[in-house]
Amino acid sequence: MASPHHSGLVRDTERHWQQLARQRRLYTGLGLVLLMVALFGSLWFANETNAGKFFDRLPHFFDFFGDMIPRDGWEIWRAMFDLESPYADGSLKYDYPEGRVWLTDSLYMPEYVFKMIETINIAIVATLIGFTFGFLFCFLAASNLTTRRWLRGLVRRILEILRAFPEIVIAGFFAAILSLGPVPAIIAVAIHTIGALGKMFFEVVENADMKPDEGLRATGGNWVERVRFGMVPQVLPNFLSYTLLRLEINVRASTIIGAVGGGGIGEALRLSISRGHEAKTIAIILLLLTTVIAVDQLSAWLRKRVSGEQAFANPRGAPA
Amino acid sequence: MSAATTADVKDIIGRYPEVFNRSFRVRYGKALFAAAVALYLVFAWNLFAVGKVFERGNWDIAGSYLADWVSYEVRPDINYQDGYLEVEFPRFSPLGNDPKPEWLTTETAEVMVVPDLADEPDIQNPAPSTGFMVPDAKGAATGFMAPGAATGADALPDAGDAAVASGPERRLLPVRAEVDMGSGRVAIAPYRVEVTRGSETLVVTIGADEIVRAESALPDWAVQRREGGKIVAYFGFDGRIEIEEDEVKIRQRFLGWENFLFDPSSAFWGLGAGEVTALVFSAERIEPEQSNFSLAIDNFLYNSEWQHADVFIKLGQTIVMAFVGTLFATALAFPLSFMAARNITPSFLTNQIVKRLFDFLRSVDMLIWALFFTRAFGPGPLAGISAIFFTDTGTLGKLYAEALENIDEKQREGVRSLGANPVLVQRFGVVPQVLPVFVSQSLYFWESNTRSATIIGAVGAGGIGLKLWEAMRTNADWENVAYMVLLILVVVYVFDTISSRLRGLLIGRGQH
Repeated sequence: MASPHHSGLVRDTERHWQQLARQRRLYTGLGLVLLMVALFGSLWFANETNAGKFFDRLPHFFDFFGDMIPRDGWEIWRAMFDLESPYADGSLKYDYPEGRVWLTDSLYMPEYVFKMIETINIAIVATLIGFTFGFLFCFLAASNLTTRRWLRGLVRRILEILRAFPEIVIAGFFAAILSLGPVPAIIAVAIHTIGALGKMFFEVVENADMKPDEGLRATGGNWVERVRFGMVPQVLPNFLSYTLLRLEINVRASTIIGAVGGGGIGEALRLSISRGHEAKTIAIILLLLTTVIAVDQLSAWLRKRVSGEQAFANPRGAPA
Repeated sequence: MSAATTADVKDIIGRYPEVFNRSFRVRYGKALFAAAVALYLVFAWNLFAVGKVFERGNWDIAGSYLADWVSYEVRPDINYQDGYLEVEFPRFSPLGNDPKPEWLTTETAEVMVVPDLADEPDIQNPAPSTGFMVPDAKGAATGFMAPGAATGADALPDAGDAAVASGPERRLLPVRAEVDMGSGRVAIAPYRVEVTRGSETLVVTIGADEIVRAESALPDWAVQRREGGKIVAYFGFDGRIEIEEDEVKIRQRFLGWENFLFDPSSAFWGLGAGEVTALVFSAERIEPEQSNFSLAIDNFLYNSEWQHADVFIKLGQTIVMAFVGTLFATALAFPLSFMAARNITPSFLTNQIVKRLFDFLRSVDMLIWALFFTRAFGPGPLAGISAIFFTDTGTLGKLYAEALENIDEKQREGVRSLGANPVLVQRFGVVPQVLPVFVSQSLYFWESNTRSATIIGAVGAGGIGLKLWEAMRTNADWENVAYMVLLILVVVYVFDTISSRLRGLLIGRGQH
């Protein structure tokens, strides 16, 4: 409180501060009220338009977890490695050996391992395609290398469209032409990857050191030489580490695309969950979990090798 | 400058061994890597049978699917009858019931028709199964007779009493049809079709043996796959016509989204913008129990072709899934991350348990959670919300914990030295430092979840994804797909902009 000893200036400052604090409290309060209204409105809307109501379904939710327990623990093992089940009754639920993929007459690969490999390969091929085109596009989109504004703008718009276009629509469109399978999934994931990597790449290029470029220009290097010798050596480590990061994301993305018809492990998982084959479901989830963790770890290790610790400490190069 | 001697060269090589005697890895590493990638691509090509898939692909249809995104086809069939033509539009034609488009003109003439039994198959006498007479009959072979030959009863020897009782009738029916295909014209008479595109004209006749025959060599815009089979004439974007032995199928394409506002069952259908406005604000009600304005809104929302109401609800679900899922994930990850950060909770066991929980939630993919919750809650946004909530609690928790472990300890020390209790130490020593980072991370995930919510919807977790997938599966509603894609792009753009503005406000411009 302002006391009479204080000069007018101090009193004014204090009053002003109190006013600001009040205003801030008011805004915070208003923001919170708005957020709460939006939240409860959203929850009501979600519950209203859902097939089952939240509170009706909640008890069954735990039933469902109960339904996911197989007849005995070894069933998971048998489902994962396509071994004969003692409960085999000719139904799809226990037909584990049916899915074996025979490599030679006596050696087979379990079905889900094969599908997991298929999914990983979808991701790798899509990432390679994405890297190639992202690499080709990014120098044209960078303001420090491409002075023609229209060209830069055009390439950037193309990258934006490739990135924002829903993957599922691309997959669906190519599935209509090429029939369902991994190839539409590859195309869909690759197109999105071109857009995503292209954007990250050109940001790296724009932040690159321009001194090598100046040197090359001074010795009369043309545009391609400037890119090849001035730019590529310094941006390549960052490019590779972004590509590896993308690979992690793409393994997940190709699983999801697989679930909506792109083949691979995603489809197997969707089918086994919807048919209530608990041992198969748990086997696939374990396989997926292991793979995702392994790919993440491998990629983190490679990233460290490629660009060292400093690339990630560097705010310009660090992934958000 | 004189040439370098051998000694000079040796001297240089000796001084820079790392340049001239590089290790095997440095020298051939890149080439080997490129070779490995090429080999891998060959392997992948075989694994996915890419060549075969592309070869088998239905590339012809790709163009028309793409064109369907922004245009629509009107598909009348013109059947040849003995002496006259029958113009048929499909039941749900975009032009409404009984359309009379300007580009399809017919010439009518009086024709003798035997009603009713005329169409019934006659086993004993199959060829002239319908008996009628035409002004310009061509010959008896195709089953029609010259005018004046009043032998209707003779033509149908086994038609029975009914046909004899009703007798042949004179009717005004189309005998010639002309279709303006934009870049060409088609003139159709029974069993004779004349197609003009540019300076070339193609005359096609159908013989009694039901063989489709071109009178001259086919121009390059017309195709006959099989001798005597149908001839397809292409008009570029304007569509195509298929000349078959019993009918001509017109597939004319028009740019735009047909009946986007009102479907043909609506009273507002086919009216101009001015007329609709006038109707909406006129006092005279079309439906007595509803004002014209609310009728117009109703008709728009429940447009049978575009299903605006359903699309908006599904899009709303997608937005809600991303918003609520991210908000809940933030709310749970916030306290948990304090338990996971080793500088805030000194117990190693607690740190590890919470961190491994985050890893688990994160690694069990959004897809798996989505499939799980779809089984539990039934298809709809609750499953999507839960899937995003579970996955992002893991991801956000991990990021928050990392941010907490990197805070400046001095502020905490300062607050603690004043004798504040542990809660107040966190509130005033930690939260002010990390809050902008936390909120900005959450906003970023909100933005990216708006995108991923589309795709998990397709596995049944609610939202526009499923609707998109269903529209694509029929292969007939690509214009609806285009409409939904456009809406999604707008929504993603709007939320991207809001989120990056808010992030800019929170952590200062130029950082993100």
